[in-house]
Amino acid sequence: MKSSITKYIIGGAVVAVVAGYAIFNANSGANAGSPGLPSSLPPETPPGGSASSTGGTGTATAAAGTSAGQYKNGRYTGPVVDAFYGKVQVAVAIKNGAIANVAFPVYPNNPGHTIQESMTALPALAKEAIAAQSANVNIVSGATQTSQAFQQSLAAALTQAQ
Amino acid sequence: MKETRMLMGMPISVEIADARGGGTAEEARRAAAIKEAFDYFIHVDETFSTYKETSEISAVNAGRLPREEWSPEMEVVFALSEETKRATGGYFDIKKPDGTYDPSGLVKGWAIWNAAQLIMKKGFSDFYVDAGGDIQTHGVNGEGDPWSVGIRNPWNIHENVQAVRAAHNEGIATSGTYIRGTHIYDPHTGAPADAIVSLTVIGPNVYEADRFATAAFAMGKDALRFIGSLPGFEGYMIDAAKTATKTAGWDAYRIEDAA
Repeated sequence: MKSSITKYIIGGAVVAVVAGYAIFNANSGANAGSPGLPSSLPPETPPGGSASSTGGTGTATAAAGTSAGQYKNGRYTGPVVDAFYGKVQVAVAIKNGAIANVAFPVYPNNPGHTIQESMTALPALAKEAIAAQSANVNIVSGATQTSQAFQQSLAAALTQAQ
Repeated sequence: MKETRMLMGMPISVEIADARGGGTAEEARRAAAIKEAFDYFIHVDETFSTYKETSEISAVNAGRLPREEWSPEMEVVFALSEETKRATGGYFDIKKPDGTYDPSGLVKGWAIWNAAQLIMKKGFSDFYVDAGGDIQTHGVNGEGDPWSVGIRNPWNIHENVQAVRAAHNEGIATSGTYIRGTHIYDPHTGAPADAIVSLTVIGPNVYEADRFATAAFAMGKDALRFIGSLPGFEGYMIDAAKTATKTAGWDAYRIEDAA
């Protein structure tokens, strides 16, 4: 499963989401149309996918256009970091001094996916647009573990680029 | 009293509410209970981490430990994993394609629940245990109100998109990886799947919430149908288009925006 999950993650779209991270805010040049990391991206690409993708959620464009750039051009790979649910390793491509692409040579696997669903009932579901919630809370639930391992590996990769 | 430590690659927080007050002795009792919970997590990591050569699970996977020598905990985790595999129609399976076992998707919620039991046995009834955003609540907070739990915005870690109240010792777990984002393809058809970015499940305890959140996440767009079919569980799913889908009973937990 690990390989298939990795396989289905396309670099540009990932950049789109991680662009929200503080580490990217100041200097990332996430380029939606940039080429992938050939040696880092999985060898097999599923039908409909390609190594260079479009920008996904659109946040990538918000970070695009930075040209000054503080990083040296090239490809850098961070260490494999234990996220408990799995290992995460980040590779970055620096172009024009800014992050051009991110890939995941190692990515956590998911549980099995082989069996037909047995649900027959169709419970009522409602949809809504997400919106910021200002209520003070005691605790926060979120999938932090992988993103922290991600940041650790990415930070190490970027250190090499400096 | 609250303490946070980085363990198993994630922040783990334990808070015991101070509503009952108490002096130095009470403080020391709280500190001891919190330490016991952390010691337990360290033990779990040393037993079940597949990244530690010295862990029991590594010995199992390497064929160095015959089944008759497994610890009772290992037997329990394997039994629970088998049961969860059945309960989720195979979406949850600790056996990997290479034949080794990785029970981490089950162990986390199980360990949080056990840590909560340890704190309860010390005589505390108002606390929570939060391991990487998966939470067991118990009793009430320092103000005597139900513990309130925010759901993190996957695109902005400093912001919540929902707040819920856990008035009955619920467990809350979120599955998903913010870095997955869009462009996930169905492994069977190769077609783009509706990308789930985050799936939060409220259940009777964190073990149940976590294992079903993990399994449901793997189901993709059918995740909430599965959660909604489970009595006593509610779910809130955020997709890549920033649309949330919720089960029918979700809003009963919801705290309205303060604004």
